[in-house]
Amino acid sequence: MSDPLLLCTRATKAFGGLVAVNGATIELDEEEILGLIGPNGAGKTTLFNIISGEIPPDEGSIHFNGVDITGLKPHVIAQKGLVRTFQIAKPFAKLSVVENVMVGAFINTSNVERANQLAREVIEFVGLSSHADQPASNLTTASRKKLELARALATRPKLLLLDEVMAGLTPTESVSMVELLQGIREQGVTQLVIEHVMQAIMTLSDRIAVLHHGELIATGTPKQVVSDSSVIEAYLGEEFEIAEN
Amino acid sequence: MSKLRNISSDYYWLLAVVFFFLIVSLFLDQFQISLAILILFWALLGAAWNILGGYAGQFSFGHAAYYGIGAYASVVLLLNYDLSPWVGMLAGAALAGLFALLIGYLSFRYGLKGAYFALATFAFAEMLRLIASELELINTSVGIHVPLIGGDSWLRLQFEDTPTNFFYSILILFVLVMVVSIWVARHKVGYYFQAIREDEDAASALGVDPVGFKLAAIVISGALTALGGSFFVQHFGFVSPELVFGVAISIEILLRPIVGGIGTIWGPLIGAIVLTPLAEFTRTFVRNPPPFLEVIEGRAGVDVMIFGVILIAIIIFMPDGIVGAAKRLGERYISRE
Repeated sequence: MSDPLLLCTRATKAFGGLVAVNGATIELDEEEILGLIGPNGAGKTTLFNIISGEIPPDEGSIHFNGVDITGLKPHVIAQKGLVRTFQIAKPFAKLSVVENVMVGAFINTSNVERANQLAREVIEFVGLSSHADQPASNLTTASRKKLELARALATRPKLLLLDEVMAGLTPTESVSMVELLQGIREQGVTQLVIEHVMQAIMTLSDRIAVLHHGELIATGTPKQVVSDSSVIEAYLGEEFEIAEN
Repeated sequence: MSKLRNISSDYYWLLAVVFFFLIVSLFLDQFQISLAILILFWALLGAAWNILGGYAGQFSFGHAAYYGIGAYASVVLLLNYDLSPWVGMLAGAALAGLFALLIGYLSFRYGLKGAYFALATFAFAEMLRLIASELELINTSVGIHVPLIGGDSWLRLQFEDTPTNFFYSILILFVLVMVVSIWVARHKVGYYFQAIREDEDAASALGVDPVGFKLAAIVISGALTALGGSFFVQHFGFVSPELVFGVAISIEILLRPIVGGIGTIWGPLIGAIVLTPLAEFTRTFVRNPPPFLEVIEGRAGVDVMIFGVILIAIIIFMPDGIVGAAKRLGERYISRE
């Protein structure tokens, strides 16, 4: 068996007395989609911040693509092909949509024309073409989420960390976002996805990891996870039906 | 806006501006030429400030530091080593760039942002002013007169007989700074500067090194500002710590790009074209006011107050400066059709 693409070993982070993430170990194979679920305050976003380099872990290590990236700066980690999106979209408000995406594309090329071309391809792929030349500040919530995704995609990442890209979307928009993410996987991009929209995350993920009070309480296929009694108690509240499709 | 703006189009605009100034200069009298010199001089300084304060969004309140370094470097090299001011200018730019690197490293490495960064830059400029006021090497607070050789000399950057040559000199320097400014704005580095200005976390998540690119911005900006300082010494013939390191210079440098349009390529020039004649006019007006305003005659500071009022009005009514307001008017006009 080959090494996993991402290996987060016993990561721990405390803020004062609060242990936000406690010894979490996560493994991702190439082209896998791993869903990360758990109640609010479970430490999902903190775990993202640790993996993407925003905050160094107190303990534990992160290996990406066989390299130890623990403690590296976010931009260095991004340059290695591990790119995240933010739960609250952070558009470059004064730049146009295409300029926003170009900033991501510039990781691959220094040529402005080439970056523009690459950006427009990605914008087309996520379905924002009609807004391409508008200022990013004009976008709706749904479009801002797509812009976050497009910017990250333009870097041509190996691993995408998606923090609630479906929050605030209507059910129809969620379905199209799931299709979008599946399409991205077909292009060979591994994904670690935080999501509260159950239907979407169950359909999308190969495996699910459940975080509760900073600890991983279960990992497995969606079917295994939804029938796990500790998960039901901590998060789901009742047994969850996975729609057959 | 529908397509990527042609990269060279701004250079054509610059060419047009140069031709405009050259042609107009043929018809100007002595006073008007000196006004044109001032416009280009302030446009140069504004464009240099704009790279850091506008593109990269790091509001420097202490550009007098680089300006003064440029001024003193050229005059000291001229007096002690008989070096041409043009060479002194380059040395000043290099020195100012180094000092900018130091200020930038100390500020950005430790995460100073917004008002805190502005205060830090202000403090560094004040520090230089105080040091310069005590330093024997540069004649302390008394200042230095540039020795006049009489007559014209391109090598010495002195034009007693033909002041128009000062105009050509500043035009060359202005073009140089604008070429750099346009190049930066239209390349990857310019996009990275703006990304950092808009959201540093989002930028670094996309692989942008915020500290590295902010350092690049402050070094470019500081070095170009020094060119203006060197020119000033030769044109004015005198330099003192208060004159070149004083807070007044820091404020005047950032005023024009803010009024013209912060973060835009042409904002600094437009701001200089609008504000410079206005400043000269208010200064004359205060010197010789009409009879009913005799109280303000000769009072220092009235022109600065008028300036302040204009600035407040512009910030309230045109927060994006003249360029931003013009753009909004244009969009309204187009959408009405």
